[in-house]
Amino acid sequence: MSLTRKDVEGIAHLARLEITEPQFPVYVDSLSKILSFVEQLNAADTGNAEPMAHPLEGVHQRLRPDIATSGDQHLKYQAIAPSVAAGLYVVPRVIE
Amino acid sequence: MSLHTRSVAELAKGLAAKEFSAVELARHFLARIDASNPALNAFLTVTPERALADAARADVTRAAGQAGPLTGVPLAHKDIFCTDGVRTSCGSRMLDNFIAPYDATIVEKLHAAGTVMLGKTNMDEFAMGSSNETSWYGPVKNPWDLAKVPGGSSGGSAAAVAARLAPVATGTDTGGSIRQPAALVGISGIKPTYGRVSRYGMIAFASSLDQAGIMAPSAEDCALFLQTMSGFDPRDSTSVDSPVPNYAAELNAPMKGVRIGLVKEFFGAGLDASVGGLVQAAITQLRELGAEIVEVSCPNLPLSVPTYYVVAPAECSSNLSRFDGVRFGHRCENPKDLLDLYKRSRGEGFGAEVKRRIMTGTYVLSAGYYDAYYLKAQKVRTLISEDFKRAFAQVDLLVGPTSPTPAFGIGAKVDDPITMYLNDIYTIGANLAGLPAMSIPCGSVGDLPVGLQLIGPHFGESRLLSTAHAYQSETDFHRRIPAAYV
Repeated sequence: MSLTRKDVEGIAHLARLEITEPQFPVYVDSLSKILSFVEQLNAADTGNAEPMAHPLEGVHQRLRPDIATSGDQHLKYQAIAPSVAAGLYVVPRVIE
Repeated sequence: MSLHTRSVAELAKGLAAKEFSAVELARHFLARIDASNPALNAFLTVTPERALADAARADVTRAAGQAGPLTGVPLAHKDIFCTDGVRTSCGSRMLDNFIAPYDATIVEKLHAAGTVMLGKTNMDEFAMGSSNETSWYGPVKNPWDLAKVPGGSSGGSAAAVAARLAPVATGTDTGGSIRQPAALVGISGIKPTYGRVSRYGMIAFASSLDQAGIMAPSAEDCALFLQTMSGFDPRDSTSVDSPVPNYAAELNAPMKGVRIGLVKEFFGAGLDASVGGLVQAAITQLRELGAEIVEVSCPNLPLSVPTYYVVAPAECSSNLSRFDGVRFGHRCENPKDLLDLYKRSRGEGFGAEVKRRIMTGTYVLSAGYYDAYYLKAQKVRTLISEDFKRAFAQVDLLVGPTSPTPAFGIGAKVDDPITMYLNDIYTIGANLAGLPAMSIPCGSVGDLPVGLQLIGPHFGESRLLSTAHAYQSETDFHRRIPAAYV
């Protein structure tokens, strides 16, 4: 699989990553090589194999009751936020 | 015998006999960190005040007759585990300013057991790397040769223990990140069964593969710590609720009659001849200890690296979407709108390898490619898992090398991701199948250590540890310390 610069721009946008100009050729090259490398999986006969859902047989994702356990800690958690006002996280204006 | 040349088990005995106090022990290791860390770069954060407070508390506990087996033992935590009030960077610029607001479960458990936290260790950024060179804080040096890598991603923990700046350190293993660095610096390290140790508060990379474990000079040391770290945690939805055996009590289980499978696929092209020779010699020694050695085949195992490089990036692209510059972590200057805030914060906060994996993962999960890459890889993962299951119907344990070569030079593989990925060719299989596995030292090529890998069936940690312990009772590779750090 060989990716183009346009492909990488699209992937970077989906991933919400800014890629600087000199990085583009590096990613076009290395991502193409990685995809070619993983394509050797196509040679595997996966016939009736089910895709693995959990590494342990018979174990499924456990749910817990939806009960608050740690109390109100918003001051502690927001103390490490980049920008906070009146208990809210501040981001650039979204609605004009 | 100086304090730092003793194993964890020996330190615990010395503390119990009141040969030295926990405060004296902590001061000894803090002084060693001061002296050697500038050259090794193994610690990102040293916490002397916290260490001395933990140690003083441990001495009080002991004086009151309430000490447990780990009370007063110093340790280092990989900087992937959240530590309340202490920076938890995960080796990334993204979290350079992140003071964790809570403790990871294992940090909490080890603290409650009376251990003494010396600091946080360097690592590949978000645990994505096999050489510790992707850390935002620069590479860790291998104490056996400062021009060589210590392996990764738990490279700081590995180097800290190898140079005896800490008697023991926590690690995590998603594709070999405990075992490969343990092998490259000549210590023991165990990755338990998926679900055995809580992942709560451990910054997620690939959630179906990540598992926490421990790195120390000997298997006996690993058993002591694993005992405290293991067990059910309702806060981790993948934690398994099954009883934890008494690992220390089972350490001396007899080797006679243990069936060990030599995995044919582990000895093909790509294995350094001198590494292969040392591993074969170790297997011969296991036979002499009473084990029965048989050859087994896991024909799909050679596909484990490509499988991993679809599954792990896919999960990483999802897990790392939480780093958005809004709630914590790095935010860019003067964002012009929300999209710009996301893109620049993430573009600046993540390093090159992390971005590469996020983009690989984004691609293989995207519309039109999901079936061809992700679903196919998950099916191959089932095949690999079935290979192991068939092997464990015949044998109790599997054995092989941990890493194809001894430690390589810093800078030697950074420009070629595929070559770097192939370092984990022998370790990834256990992660894909959720199996416990460990690496123990089995010799050196020149000065550089070589690791022997043991893989067990699900929840087979006891047998891994007892086999490693039997081997270490007859060998002294795990006692070797680089000359500069004796």
